[in-house]
Amino acid sequence: MSNETAAHDHAHDEHEEVIHFKLGGYLTGFAVAAIMTAIPFWIAMAHPIGNAVVAASIVVAFAVAQILVQTVAFLHVNARAQGGWTLVAYVFTAVLLLIIVGGSLWIMHHLASNMMPGATNDAPGRGF
Amino acid sequence: METALADNATPPVFYQTDDEHAHAGGSTLLGFWIYLMSDALIFATLFATFGVLNSSFAGGPTPHDIFDLKLVAFNTAVLLVSALTCGLAMISMQAGKLRLLQIWLAVTALLGIVFVSVELNEFHHLIVDGATPQRSAYLSAFFTLVGTHGLHVTFGVIWIGVMLVQLAQRGLHAENCRRLMCLSMFWHFLDVIWIGVFTFVYLLGTLS
Repeated sequence: MSNETAAHDHAHDEHEEVIHFKLGGYLTGFAVAAIMTAIPFWIAMAHPIGNAVVAASIVVAFAVAQILVQTVAFLHVNARAQGGWTLVAYVFTAVLLLIIVGGSLWIMHHLASNMMPGATNDAPGRGF
Repeated sequence: METALADNATPPVFYQTDDEHAHAGGSTLLGFWIYLMSDALIFATLFATFGVLNSSFAGGPTPHDIFDLKLVAFNTAVLLVSALTCGLAMISMQAGKLRLLQIWLAVTALLGIVFVSVELNEFHHLIVDGATPQRSAYLSAFFTLVGTHGLHVTFGVIWIGVMLVQLAQRGLHAENCRRLMCLSMFWHFLDVIWIGVFTFVYLLGTLS
């Protein structure tokens, strides 16, 4: 019985560790995410930057930053949640994602470069 | 044979000292998180496919011809606000305010329905204009990636509906709280995926 109570207490502690929904955290996350969404849309719609590569790089940088902001503010990923396993799974997924996306673009770019001229009607390996 | 009988005679000894139920709530959330990570890999393959076929227009329409960024900006705003209302629902749940929780969940579901409706309307216009998935490899990849995300949002809306019924019938007990936390993770995850979609599909499509 005492063992069961201890287990329950432990589960309760874990529970407390998992829930930490704070209004301030959500509002800050929302405000930052809104700004990080508005700027890329403005870049794409108003064309304030002449160089397309620079503009695209800035848009991608904002996307990566916003993904990190939302992951922390909304998905509550940190080094403590679930004894760190949430973060480990997240980083592992990020590594696989980079291998899948980066690898595919790299290989297909080389494939397109090695095609006979005229075999494809696309610019080779434009990627994203 | 004799040893087997002898073994049967003595009661089995289990070396499991941990209480299996000690981490019940926590392990559900971690398990659901790992599901979300595997779902992220599905999207990774779809993004990779889209990236490779990004310029395979086959003489068909290009992003400049088919995308209306104002509509995408509206839908992005809708999904971002729904992420906030979902967070407010979690705060209400934490405070034990059932009525407020139900209201925020309903608002989240409504925003989800608006998002899916606008997206379906966009798809309808594309298909009417001849920009069907069959037109080019680019459009196949576009419809698969964006459609998969839209399907996830649709199921999220259905899940919210189920939770509203659960809350109305059973109230705010521990199991419902656990389900709602999974639902909240799912909803926020879809918003994170949408960042990738609007950036790589729509914004970079019209920038290049």
